[in-house]
Parts: sequence; C-alpha cells; structure tokens
Amino acid sequence: MNLLAILLLLPLLGFALALLLPAALTRRFVLGFSLLIFAVSLLLIGTTTQSPAGMTWVTDTAWIDTPAIRFHIGVDGASLWLVILSAFLIPLAAFISQRTIVHRQKEFYAYLLLLEFGLIGVFCSLDLFLYYVFWEVVLVPMYFLIGIWGGERRIYAATKFFVYTMAGSMLMLVAILYIYTKAGTFDLPAILLHMEAGKVAFTQAEELALFLAFFLAFAVKVPIFPLHTWLPDAYAEAPTAATFLMAAVMSKMGTYSLLRFNLTLFPRASHDCAPWIVTLAVIGIVYGALVALVQPNMKRLVAYSSISHLGFVVLGLFSGNQFGLDGAVYQMLCHAISTGALFILIGYLQERQQSLAIADFGGLATPAPHLATVFLIATLASIGLPLLNNFVGEFLILQGAAQANIWWAAFAALGVVLSACYMLWFYQRTFFGESRGATPDLRPAEWLAVTPLLVLMLWMGIFTQTWLPGISASNKVLLERPASKIALQVAK
Amino acid sequence: MNPAAFYPSATDYLRFLPELILTIGGVLLLVLEALTGDHKDKTALGYAAVAVVLGAMFAVPVALANPGASFNGMIVSDGFAAFFRMVTLLVGLFTLLCSTSYLSREKANSGEFYLLVLFSLAGQGIMAASNELIMVFLGLEIASISSYVLAGFLRDDKRGSESALKYFLLGSFATAFLLYGVSWIYGVTGVTNLTAIRAALAAGTSAPSMVVAAAALMLIGLAFKVSAAPFQVWAPDVYQGAPAPVSGFLSAGPKAAAFAVFLRIFQTSFDSLAPRYEPVLWILALGTMFIGNFSALWQSNVKRMLAYSSIAHAGYVLVAVTTNSNVGTAAAMFYLAAYALMNYGAFAAITHLAGRGEAHVTIDDLKGLAAKQPVLAGLFTVCLLSLTGVPLTAGFFGKFYIFKAAIDNHLYWLSALGLLNSAIAAYYYLRLLAAMYMHEPQTTDHPEPIPGGIQLTLWVSAAGILALGVFPGLVLDYANRFATFVK
Repeated sequence: MNLLAILLLLPLLGFALALLLPAALTRRFVLGFSLLIFAVSLLLIGTTTQSPAGMTWVTDTAWIDTPAIRFHIGVDGASLWLVILSAFLIPLAAFISQRTIVHRQKEFYAYLLLLEFGLIGVFCSLDLFLYYVFWEVVLVPMYFLIGIWGGERRIYAATKFFVYTMAGSMLMLVAILYIYTKAGTFDLPAILLHMEAGKVAFTQAEELALFLAFFLAFAVKVPIFPLHTWLPDAYAEAPTAATFLMAAVMSKMGTYSLLRFNLTLFPRASHDCAPWIVTLAVIGIVYGALVALVQPNMKRLVAYSSISHLGFVVLGLFSGNQFGLDGAVYQMLCHAISTGALFILIGYLQERQQSLAIADFGGLATPAPHLATVFLIATLASIGLPLLNNFVGEFLILQGAAQANIWWAAFAALGVVLSACYMLWFYQRTFFGESRGATPDLRPAEWLAVTPLLVLMLWMGIFTQTWLPGISASNKVLLERPASKIALQVAK
Repeated sequence: MNPAAFYPSATDYLRFLPELILTIGGVLLLVLEALTGDHKDKTALGYAAVAVVLGAMFAVPVALANPGASFNGMIVSDGFAAFFRMVTLLVGLFTLLCSTSYLSREKANSGEFYLLVLFSLAGQGIMAASNELIMVFLGLEIASISSYVLAGFLRDDKRGSESALKYFLLGSFATAFLLYGVSWIYGVTGVTNLTAIRAALAAGTSAPSMVVAAAALMLIGLAFKVSAAPFQVWAPDVYQGAPAPVSGFLSAGPKAAAFAVFLRIFQTSFDSLAPRYEPVLWILALGTMFIGNFSALWQSNVKRMLAYSSIAHAGYVLVAVTTNSNVGTAAAMFYLAAYALMNYGAFAAITHLAGRGEAHVTIDDLKGLAAKQPVLAGLFTVCLLSLTGVPLTAGFFGKFYIFKAAIDNHLYWLSALGLLNSAIAAYYYLRLLAAMYMHEPQTTDHPEPIPGGIQLTLWVSAAGILALGVFPGLVLDYANRFATFVK
C-alpha cells in the first residue's frame, strides 16, 4: 500500500484504538502513536523532494461509483511540508497538554488524532469531494477541543467557530457541484486537463462566481478581514493545544486551499480579483497589528497578530509571481512555527500565573531567565528579524508584492514595523520591570517541547535551501500553466 | 372486464406478501392479546410483533423477485416499492424495539400498541406499492388511523391526548383534501390508475385548469402528510406530545411512505404538469427548510426541536422532489433511508433519557451526559452529526446527493439557500452536543441501564449511518437503479 495512504489512515486507526483503550493509557498511547505517524511522514521527503514539481505518492482508486468520486491523494513540493507540519505538531500538542489537561484526558487525546486525520487529508486530497469531506471533518474534533477544555466562554466560541466555518464552506459545496456538472468529475488533475484541452470552459461570470464561492470558504478559515470575527474568540477561549493547532495548521488549510484551488482552477478570476483581495489583505495586516497593539489579553494579542501575519500570506499568493507564491508557502510554514511557539509559551505563562492579562505579569526575566530568552527568540522570529524564519517568508512576499505593485508592498511593510511595536511592547511589559515574586523557570519537559521549534526557527531562517527548492518547483508548475501564464501577468 | 382476470393469481399474493404478513400477524396478535387476558406483562407480544416485522422484511425481496402489477393494477411491486417497504419496516422494527421497555416504564404495556404498529406498517407498505389513487387513499387511511391511536396511546397523559386529537383532526382534514383531489381527477379523466391518468392527460382531452386544480388539491393533502410548510403546524405539537418512540415512528415512517406516494403520483401521473408545479414545490421546499430550521433554533424541549428539525429535513427531500428527475428521486430515496436511521437513533436516545413520564426532555436534562453515559452520548452524537450533515455520515451524503441533483437541474438558488440552511441547522444540533459534552452533570443520580432494545436500535442506526456515510453505494446504487417509474 502507498505510504501516503498509510499515513492518512493511521490517525483514523489511532483514533479508533484510543477510544477502545482504557482511559489511563490513552495519553501515552496517543503521544507514542502520533510520534510514529510523524516518523512515517518523514519517509515521504526523499521521493517528493526529488521530483517536487509533480504529484508524488499518488493513490487513485474509485471510492463511490455514482457520482464518480475517487480516493485520489498525492503530495507535491508545496503540500509535502504542510502534511509533515501537521504530523509534527500533533505530537507536540499532545506533549504540551500533559500538565494542563487533567479531566477527560481520553477524549482529548483521541480528538487530536481525529483532527490529524482531517488535516493530513485536506493537504493531500486531489479530489474535490474527498477534499471537502476532510475540510469538514476537521471541524468536529476542534469544536469539541474548544468547547470542552476551553475557557469561560468556550461554548460560545466553539459554536461560533463551527457555524461560521460551516456557513462559509456551504457555497463552496455548491461550487464543487457546479464544477462537477460542467466537468463530469471531481478529480482535480482531470478537471485541469479538461480545462487545458478546452473541453471545460467557464464564462467570465461563471468563473468569478465559482472563484468567490471557494474564496469565501477559505477567507473564513484563514481568516481574511472582515471575516475574522470568530478568530479572537476561538483562539482566546481554546485550550493551549487547540489554539496552537488552530494558529499553526488550521489557518494554513485556508491559505493552502487558496493556492491549490482558487489560483489553480480560476487564474483569470484570481487575476481580476487580486487588487480587491490584496486590499483586504493589507487592511488585515494593518488592522490586525493595530488591534494587537491595544490588546490587554496576551492570547488575543497573538491572535490578532496572527490575522496580520496571515494577511502577508494572502498578499503573497495574490501577487501572482514566483517570489510571492514561494514566500507565501514558506511563510505558511514559518508562521506555524513562530506563532505556534508563542502560543505554547503563553500557555506556560498562563499556567504559572493563572491569568492571560498582560497587566498581571511583569519582571519575569529575573526569576525565569530561560523562559525570557526563549520567549524573546520567538518574539524576534515573529517580528521578522533576519536569520530567523519569518524574515525569509515576509521578505519574499514583499519582494513579490513590490514586483506586482510597489504600493502593495509599501503598505504591507507598515505591518512589519507595527509588529515590532506590539510584540516588543508586549515583551517589555511581561518580562521587564519590577519582579512580582517567584515564577518557576522552564521545566525540562517544557524545554523539550520548545527546543524543536527554536531549532526550526533558526534552520528555516538560515538554511532556506532545505525547503525552498521544492516549494518553488511546484509553484512554478502552477505559474507556467498556459492559462495562468496569460492571466497572472499582473499589471504593473 | 374478463372475469377470469379478476381473480388474483398466486403471483399477485407474492407481490403483496409483506402487507399480507403484517396484516395476518397483526390479527393473530389481536387474538393472542385477548387470549392472554389480564396478564400484566405483554412484552412477549412485542417480541412476536418484532418477529412479524422481520418476516415482512424477508418477504420484501420475495415481492421484488416477482415484479409487476397485481390485483388488476391496484398494487405494483417494483424496486421503488420494495425500497420504501424496507425503510418503513426498519422504522417499525426500531419502534417495536424501543417500545417494549418504554411501555413497561410507563405502565401501559398492553398488546394493542404492537398490533397498531403492525397495521400502520401495512398501510405504509400499501402506500409505497400503490399504483392507484384509491389504494393510495386506503393505505394512507390504514396507516394514519393506527398512528392517531398510537399518538394518544398514553391515555392519562394530557399532552398525548392533545397530540392525538390534533393529529387526528388535521390529518383527516389533509386526507379530505387528497380525496377531493382524487375525485376531481376521476371526474376529469374517468380513471384512478396512475398510468392511466398519465395516458388520459397526455391525450389532452381533459380541461387543463381542472387537472391543475385536482393536482393542487392532492399536493396540499400530501404536503400535510410530509409536514411541508405552510402545512406543517401540526407536527411540533404532535411529535412533542406523543410517546417518544411513537414520535420517532411518525417522523420517519409515515413521512417516508407519504414521500413515496408523492414521488410516484407526481412523476407518473402529473409528469406533464411539471413546469406548472415546479415553482410551487420550489417555494414549498424553501419555506419548509426555513421554517423548520429557524423555529428549531429557539426550542428548549428536545422532542420539539427534533420535530422542527424533521420539518426542515422534509424540506431537503422536497428539494429533491422539485428536480423532477431520476437522480432527484434516487437522492430522495437515499435521504429518507438515511433520515430513518439518524432520526430514529436520536429518538431512541431520547426515549431512554426522558425517564418515567418523559419528565426529562429539555436540553438542560442532557447536561453532562457524556460524563455519565459516554457510549449513549457517543451514539447519540453520531446521529446528531449526521442530522447536521457532517461528512462521513449518511446525512451528509444524502444532502450532498440531493443538492447535486438540484444543481444538475439548474436549481442554483435553491441549492445555495438550502445549504446555508443546513449551516443554520448546525447551531441547534450543536446546542445538544454542547449540553452533553461541555456542561457538568446537573444531578448526581446514577444513570439507569439502557434497555437492550434501545441499545440495539442505537447501535444499528449508528453503524448504518457510518456505513452509508463511507460507502453510500450500498443503498445509492439500488436507489439509482429503481428511481425510474414505469411510465
């Protein structure tokens, strides 16, 4: 059996086993099992990086006969890293929850594996129906994670998250069905072939409507301003592990899907809408940063900073050139690592002080120097300091944006400046000033959780050659498709 | 007519075998009930009824193996009929399994309950297989009258009596509409056989306006029976007041049978009127979805919420009916089968949770269920997720297939609005999930063990939901094959 198919089905198997196992064993089982899944995911790298331009590890079998729905999965240079990212972050999420999740452990850890099943599925599906299935499956475990283990307003936040996202994706389902009536298949590569051969053609109005239907679903998920209102609630109320996963991987479902579906299937509409979407993205960048500046709650602060950073990714995607796309995909990974690290560290702070209000903290650098140092590195990475990961992604995005339209880059660069303001100010208020008594420093287990992220921040900031060639190659394929070539030449 | 042909042949009886078994079984049970006298526990009769339903289920393939019209074209045995016979029998089986313990709990364990279920099932079987307006009427009446009694089976319960009375009055009213329509059709065309009506209408000798009026009257009657807006007002009161296993029965079984009749009449006889009734159905479908979903949002009583949800689900099926296509018919068939599983599963859970006298049927009573009874909560969750339409459940694929049929037939707005509706619906199903999983238990009393029949129902429906969600072909291929009517 194909390795990717095994990787996709393993979490589901793990979920079933976790439900059957006695409660006392679940935590260790899920941690071990998700590490095993991560190890399996690493085996994908070799083959895919050798030929990142095309789909590798493809499984393509019939699933449902009428209408013809295929179990068609595969990864290319761009999606490979997102699949591995998902497999990497789930054991981490399980690991950081050991101390904080004390009641109903069994369910918690089981949901993590169900979530992983959905996430990996989203990133490797090549059939529109299959993709939609995974897209929605992700909602269920996350709903429970927020609703059961979240903060005070958890039920409100969980319900808002679920209904918002589901409503967003309903029009996408209509669009998928419409494409099926036109193309006679849900299979993405087949649809693309039909379109290239001229067997399937959408009128401009059709293409625009389909584009917008897909875009709406993804814009909610990313989220793109002004569809972001569910995010601060969900991020702030969710338990640390869930916030971490939402910020790190689930937001990438939206941006990745914009790349995989909107830009690929509807190049002309992407081009036509690019100015509008970029405007929204830039508003999001600046708006997110400004709101983050005045947030008294640290989780909400990083949540809003996330809106700002994700605006960059969208900007890169709709710049429509190689730099922009490469930067966007790279930034997806970077943002996952740096914001993920920040949410984990905020979780540690919350554990120590039982509060999320910045005003309750101060002078932590004295009693907890290690924590302060690690937090500083994550902060600097988030700001985009050279040699750290976000710098590379944001630089490429700004270069791509400048190539498309210098004003886009100019306004977006404002976000970089603002991010330095709110993050450093936040850091100052939390770690400097008068010390408020003893705070335990990083424990060994906490070191163990953050170390891989710190290593990755440096690695991704310095040795970009590990990741970028594969990403570039798959983006190049997208940009050089005949349809995109004509449409994506963005007017200067 | 040739007198020799008037006497039914042996094959005719085979084609009618499921209903024969149900009727004979019901009558035998009636006698047994009388013979067992005042003996208190009549649970054994419930098991006998289960055996009768299982027998009828085995008879469905026999009837299908002898396809064709029988009794001078009154009854037709085809794949469509077999499908709906199976669905209604499954709902009946669930009802019986959940009722035995329920009736003992409510101290109302008398044998009449079981045989009324059997008679109602026989009526529904006749509806599914009828090829003739008179048979439609007979089947409907047999099914309905038994259901009226079932709804008010707990005589001392005020709500139950109110439920039965409302159901009876409004149901009779609806039947009157239908019957009036039938008489118009007979007046215009001189026939009551569905295929003959079609031929008569195609000949074009009858006054078109009268035909339209007749079709409209029958549409109203059927819309009542499937609880389509604006004829849905009876459903919430009836489902809330009736005993929980009966509410589940009413919301899944007779509704499926009524949809079978709906599809068969409108696609066989009134096919030529399709352009005329399509806009009407369009509005009906949309209104039903909106009214059902929006009303359900405000409910705190779970039974009443599920009643409104069942109205909304009727709206989804009406979308499939609106398409007036084979794909749409297959989608409706699949959806009704999926709906029978998920809705009865939900009602089975409620039947158990309600407790004696159905005292605990509000959302607050569900609080902390996941901590107290994780397995029951899990199975209930599968049903609720399916009702919400989350992928990998039967409910999702059903909805998907319905809206696919709608888009194939260019009903873009109806599809978009219908799907947005299902996002609204997510809200009230989530309220139940939130209560079960995200609140602490309100009471500390020990949960009662779940009776075997209810457990079986829950497991079968949850397994069915997941199986159909992953491999919809199991039912869909069959539905696609038999969605074409003999025209």
